[in-house]
Amino acid sequence: MLKELRRLIAEKMYRCGRVMQVISIFCFSFSLFTFAYGQTVTSTELINNAKLYDGKTVSYSGEVIGDVMVRKEYAWVNINDGKNAIGIWMPKGLADNISYTGSYNANGDYVEISGIFRRSCIEHGGDLDIHASSLTKIRSGSSLHYSLSVKTLNFSFYLSCVILLLCLLRILHLKKFNIK
Amino acid sequence: MILKPQLEDLKHIGYYLGKLIIGLGFVMFVPFILGLSLKEFKPAFDFLIGAQITLLCGLILTWACYTERDLNWMQGMVTVALAWLAAMALSAIPLYWSGHYKSFLDACFETMSSFTTTGLTLAQDIDHFSYAHNLWRHLVSFMGGQGITVVALALFVKGGSGGFKMYAGEGRDEKILPNIIGTARFIWLISIVYLILGTSALGITGLMIGLKPFNAFFHGACIFMAGYDTAGFAPQSQSVLYYHSFLFEVITIIIMVLGAINFNLHYQLWKGNRREIWKNIETRTLLMSVMLTFFIVAAGLHKLGVYQNALIMLRKGFFQLMSGHTGTGYMTIYARQFIEEWGDLALAGLIIAMALGGCACSTAGGIKMMRIGIIFKAFKEDLKRVVLPESAIVVEKFHHIRAIFIDDKHVRAASLITISYITLYIIGALVGVWCGYPFLDSLFESTSAAANVGFSCGITDTGMPVILKLTYIIQMWAGRLEFMSVFALIGFIVAAIKGKR
Repeated sequence: MLKELRRLIAEKMYRCGRVMQVISIFCFSFSLFTFAYGQTVTSTELINNAKLYDGKTVSYSGEVIGDVMVRKEYAWVNINDGKNAIGIWMPKGLADNISYTGSYNANGDYVEISGIFRRSCIEHGGDLDIHASSLTKIRSGSSLHYSLSVKTLNFSFYLSCVILLLCLLRILHLKKFNIK
Repeated sequence: MILKPQLEDLKHIGYYLGKLIIGLGFVMFVPFILGLSLKEFKPAFDFLIGAQITLLCGLILTWACYTERDLNWMQGMVTVALAWLAAMALSAIPLYWSGHYKSFLDACFETMSSFTTTGLTLAQDIDHFSYAHNLWRHLVSFMGGQGITVVALALFVKGGSGGFKMYAGEGRDEKILPNIIGTARFIWLISIVYLILGTSALGITGLMIGLKPFNAFFHGACIFMAGYDTAGFAPQSQSVLYYHSFLFEVITIIIMVLGAINFNLHYQLWKGNRREIWKNIETRTLLMSVMLTFFIVAAGLHKLGVYQNALIMLRKGFFQLMSGHTGTGYMTIYARQFIEEWGDLALAGLIIAMALGGCACSTAGGIKMMRIGIIFKAFKEDLKRVVLPESAIVVEKFHHIRAIFIDDKHVRAASLITISYITLYIIGALVGVWCGYPFLDSLFESTSAAANVGFSCGITDTGMPVILKLTYIIQMWAGRLEFMSVFALIGFIVAAIKGKR
């Protein structure tokens, strides 16, 4: 009876060990994968833990905003993830994939970039930036159209009428009392 | 015995307040025209309606309170204090309709920050602002930097002693030319000339660094307006970091320094009196103060090894320091980096620089170099009295356009305002602590608001408590008007409640 119990316990422990081994291998592979291809991080994580991520490969995603600023063979692209915008330094070829940049008239392309994060980049005067090696367009941007409501037009028209009426009354008042 | 204000007092205040408001209404047509020309019809109508409401308020006030008599000192001061509050609320209307602000209070915070050339912002999603709304944020700071009264004096208000009382109420007591209208017009002339030069320099740099042609000059104009008027607003959420350009940063520093210099000194330079720059107490004090505070900042950054080499430390440290000292608030680092990376010593250096501010009669905020210089000279005079024999006659003088002997009146005025500023910084910090923020963060943000700088370490956010938003609005307002108008308004209200007929 005792032998049977021992055998069962040993069998269970062996199985547990195998499960643990599988989990460990999975975790190790995952960490290798993230190390090789970068961790997806937010701008807040990068800014608040800049020393931790300094020099590491990271993945960062967000909307391209403003102008793509081409500098010889490279370009500066600013990407906003909703909290902050971070400057991304990339080869001009990668920036060519961008079709929309965020402004009043457009939603910019939503892209994911992978590259080396620098807390204080020596090459760029100490800027906090990412030197991108790859860019994937997740969602293409689009033009934005705004319509003017009839209510707004009417409101403006009524206000103009009130101002004109007041001016008219004022002129009549001044004439009546002969005030200069 | 306090006398209750008469109806005539209210009429005077209302009439001149109306005139200032009408001036503001006309300025709203500038973004309206820009919006129409760029086919931004919705923003254009935000401004048209905003202008109409503003003009309506102004016209009703001027007609209801019509008077031909000039203002007295109390009326002038109260008019200015109220004008800044009215301008804040009316200018916030088109911004609130942009949909970029969570509440009307947030929009008011933005316009007060802009008028007082502070630069703290509660705007959401700045990167998707329309050109018209963006222009308004910067144009308001351009008006505020020169002074709302200066705008009105140059364009709408007749000359007279009332004009000078309103001009002085905005924290300026130096007449550059004998006539106050002439002074106001000179301030505008110099600002417009610098606007053309600064916009051209930044615009050309913008083209060189890869901005689209229209954006290059639009950004150039915006950065100039907010830089020269030491407001620190920028068309993009990343402030000056957006441009990733050393040349752009250098030009911005020059513009910030020009904005922080006394208009009287600009006038002397325009007249060819270049020696004044080396002799003037304010430029000397500013130079000393910049050197001292930069030493503290550099020591702090070096101690923690924040930057890899001296050149980078100079670029980052000096830019933030000059931006803080001139009261501009442009940043080339992120707000949280101040707290997470810079360390307490560098932060303390920056807080001191922010608190001291720029020159008197400039667009900068803070205690001002003139007062620091006078207090330092008075301290030196007292020290000499202790050290030298009793029979020795000790006199100290300072140079500001001409040589002036220091007397108790100068020292008293300088000390009073300095104490008021320090009290204001501390009150704001205590409110911040009461709201649950750490002391150093609260002091940093409070000093930034009261000295009209605009740096943020992350406290200023739409989610911050309403009490803190109101505290910062009051700090920005009182700091920009240098207290006297605010005290006059408080006195006026007290007299209206407790005064005898």
